[in-house]
Amino acid sequence: MDFPQELKYTKDHEWIRVDGEVGIVGITEYAQSELGDIVFVELPDIGTKLEQGKQFGTIEAVKTVSDLYAPVSGEVLEINTALKDSPELVNKEPYNGGWMLKIKIFNKGELDNLLDASNYATMIGH
Amino acid sequence: MTFYPNTDEDRREMLETIGVARFEDLIREIPDEIRLKGDLKIPEAMSELEVYTHLSSLAKKNTSMSDSISFLGAGVYDHFVPSAVSALLSRSEYYTAYTPYQAEVSQGTLQAIYEYQTMICRLTGMDVSNASMYDGGSAMAEAALLSASQTGRKKIVIGHPVNPLYVQVVKTYCHGQGFEVVEIPPVDGIVNAEMINRVIDDKTASLIVQQPSFFGTLSELFPLSEVVHSKGSIFIVNANPISLGILKPPSEYGADVVVGEGQPLGIQKSFGGPFLGIFAVKEFLLRRIPGRLAGVTVDASGERGFVLTLQTREQQIRRERATSNICTNEGLMMLASTIYMSLMGKEGIREVAIQSTAKAHYLADQISRLPGYRIKYHQPFFNEFVVTTPVAPSSIIEAGVRENFLAGVDLSALNQSESGLLVAVTEKRTRSEIDAFVKFLERFSYGMLK
Repeated sequence: MDFPQELKYTKDHEWIRVDGEVGIVGITEYAQSELGDIVFVELPDIGTKLEQGKQFGTIEAVKTVSDLYAPVSGEVLEINTALKDSPELVNKEPYNGGWMLKIKIFNKGELDNLLDASNYATMIGH
Repeated sequence: MTFYPNTDEDRREMLETIGVARFEDLIREIPDEIRLKGDLKIPEAMSELEVYTHLSSLAKKNTSMSDSISFLGAGVYDHFVPSAVSALLSRSEYYTAYTPYQAEVSQGTLQAIYEYQTMICRLTGMDVSNASMYDGGSAMAEAALLSASQTGRKKIVIGHPVNPLYVQVVKTYCHGQGFEVVEIPPVDGIVNAEMINRVIDDKTASLIVQQPSFFGTLSELFPLSEVVHSKGSIFIVNANPISLGILKPPSEYGADVVVGEGQPLGIQKSFGGPFLGIFAVKEFLLRRIPGRLAGVTVDASGERGFVLTLQTREQQIRRERATSNICTNEGLMMLASTIYMSLMGKEGIREVAIQSTAKAHYLADQISRLPGYRIKYHQPFFNEFVVTTPVAPSSIIEAGVRENFLAGVDLSALNQSESGLLVAVTEKRTRSEIDAFVKFLERFSYGMLK
């Protein structure tokens, strides 16, 4: 499984790609494979303020549903509207077309609480 | 099925395991003065034959619908149910099955649900139907909850005349959630559009109306739906499914949610249940719909198959964030209505609706000519209407039972601020039955007879 080096990871299987003050958020390849076929992703409205570790949405697969947790605190700048009609993008391209949120990061210091790729891979036993 | 209670040995082992000497020690906390002393006062055991005789004599105390000429309505109607419905329902594959949990092995049940949903969508004009709910009242209450979660608002407006029993269920569901239920009284037997316009605001989650109304009347609803939508609220219509054989589907006057009591679709009256809750929505509410939903798909080898879809909104998976606490459906009654609709077809349902309407209008016309009687509301109506009677409706109802007429429903019994006899007519009533009923009513024209 692929866990790109440049990303930071949460214990709840989200990733964040940091570009200056902006972070892009999604779920890992491991998470999508555990969930199975994704049928719906419920995302917050633009402008919503997120708090690190708190729920920002839900993801539904055929047989289960899971909460999505914010990797860092921030404000939602953009959501991936393509997921509305094509939630399977999360399965096919978890790190690219399957992204979920763009957020304005409030405190980059919070990134230090996250895992790097090798720690994340160890945590899930890879 | 044979039932084996715990043996003395079972009890001894269980008590020993939890370290209690005697069973009585477990109920020590119950105060002595409310504990049962001595034996339960129940009769001696009877043989099967004695039980059968006893129950038959109890059953004879009931007034049988099949020996009566019924003009009862108010939500439950005496429509004809073809024998094929009960013959198919009694097949054990259907009769003993619960709503599918290991869904995909229950292809027959899933297909029946899928067909049901399709027919309900065609009748109501909605995009999506669920697999059914308990009854008309709980379907209406679930619609109120759906509107609150969709809009994030807490005010539910009810535009009477709506079945007062359904309103009680709505209030019960809404009570614990802290929702406000605002009831708007009718004007001249139809919805009070002017007052509703004033009450609907940007805090209103939904407007609930009933068409045909609880009094059988029909209101002009399209303008109201525009008001509701202009405030971002949800428009909920409770419809009698048989009436949709002759009336416009609620989708044509702006309904977002259609709920209703499915009993008229081939379900026996059975002393008031089990019945069937119809619940259908426009597509934008798809993910808020309570309960189960069957879908069609193809399997790995390309064969058509049926699945339960969107299950993840249900309580067994989503727990406290489920869209509803229902994760079942009213399977057998859903099947009864599916068989009924399949047998009747488009033409049959239309025929039932037209005959019920024509016969109800004939009866209303005859009653209106009787001295002392008046049709209370001069509004368009389907198969039900309110009559102002020369003597108390309860007296007429009581006298009717002795002559095998079920004369109608006394409105004051359901709501103290209402009065009149609510009379319904179905396709089953013949001209001679209706004429005999009119003759019976005529006897009260000049007061009670001795």
